[in-house]
Amino acid sequence: MEQDWIWGLVGGLVIGLGGAVYLLGNGRIMGASGIIGGLVDGSGWSTWAERLAFLAGVLIMPIVLTPLYSVEITTHATSNLAVIVAAGLCVGIGTRIANGCTSGHGVCGISRLSLRGIVATVFYILAGGLTIVLFRHLLGVI
Amino acid sequence: MRILIALLAGGLFGSGLFISGMTDTTKVQGWLDVFGNWDPTLAFVMGGALIPMAIAWRFVPGRAPLVGGAFPQPPAPEVDRRLVVGSVLFGVGWGLAGLCPGPAIASLSYGGTSGLVFMAAMLVGMGAAPAIATRLDRLATAS
Repeated sequence: MEQDWIWGLVGGLVIGLGGAVYLLGNGRIMGASGIIGGLVDGSGWSTWAERLAFLAGVLIMPIVLTPLYSVEITTHATSNLAVIVAAGLCVGIGTRIANGCTSGHGVCGISRLSLRGIVATVFYILAGGLTIVLFRHLLGVI
Repeated sequence: MRILIALLAGGLFGSGLFISGMTDTTKVQGWLDVFGNWDPTLAFVMGGALIPMAIAWRFVPGRAPLVGGAFPQPPAPEVDRRLVVGSVLFGVGWGLAGLCPGPAIASLSYGGTSGLVFMAAMLVGMGAAPAIATRLDRLATAS
């Protein structure tokens, strides 16, 4: 749609606002993989309550906003479960080894001009782009 | 107070992901698909998100967070094997499914079976990551 980029920009500003609130309020980096991963591997259990509260907010707000849309809300994710499992494993392992994902390295890292954030973002975008070339255009799997 | 701020921040994050269309995997994969029908939306989302965050970082030096404590230290500038290998692996998964951790949570309520299976696999991966990272380091010292 024509106005997709406007909603992208508006949504992006709201995402950044969330990151600013988390940073200036609690003194924490808003990184989704770190917040979840710390609960999974136990490294973040001392701050479990604020992590769960954050994740509850992420989960709940789309449910609140969905009725405002007249179109059906869907992720359009592939139903090929082998692809989904492989993707989930790669995202889970990769983000924790690299210590960040699109929110932590991307939004929070780049905005403070962190070299690690910039390098990570370059690598995951390149890898994602090559994955699309390989699995969509050459193999036709996705 | 920490809990309320976290809930508010998470709510804003989830709202932003939802409004921007970033829980729609076709938009994410469309952005990565430079040689196909390229979708520029993600660039606007990232650009929009960087503005409030860049302003927020300017408030950090010499101050403390609202609830007390200290702001996170500047990250070590070094780019190591973990960062590169992990980011490449993440990028492959991101491209395959069009989902990353934030949108995966935000879309759980309408992502269906695929969303739940992705989440389960991601959590398993996160649980296995510390052991894999240790092996990766050992590999580095062996070579």
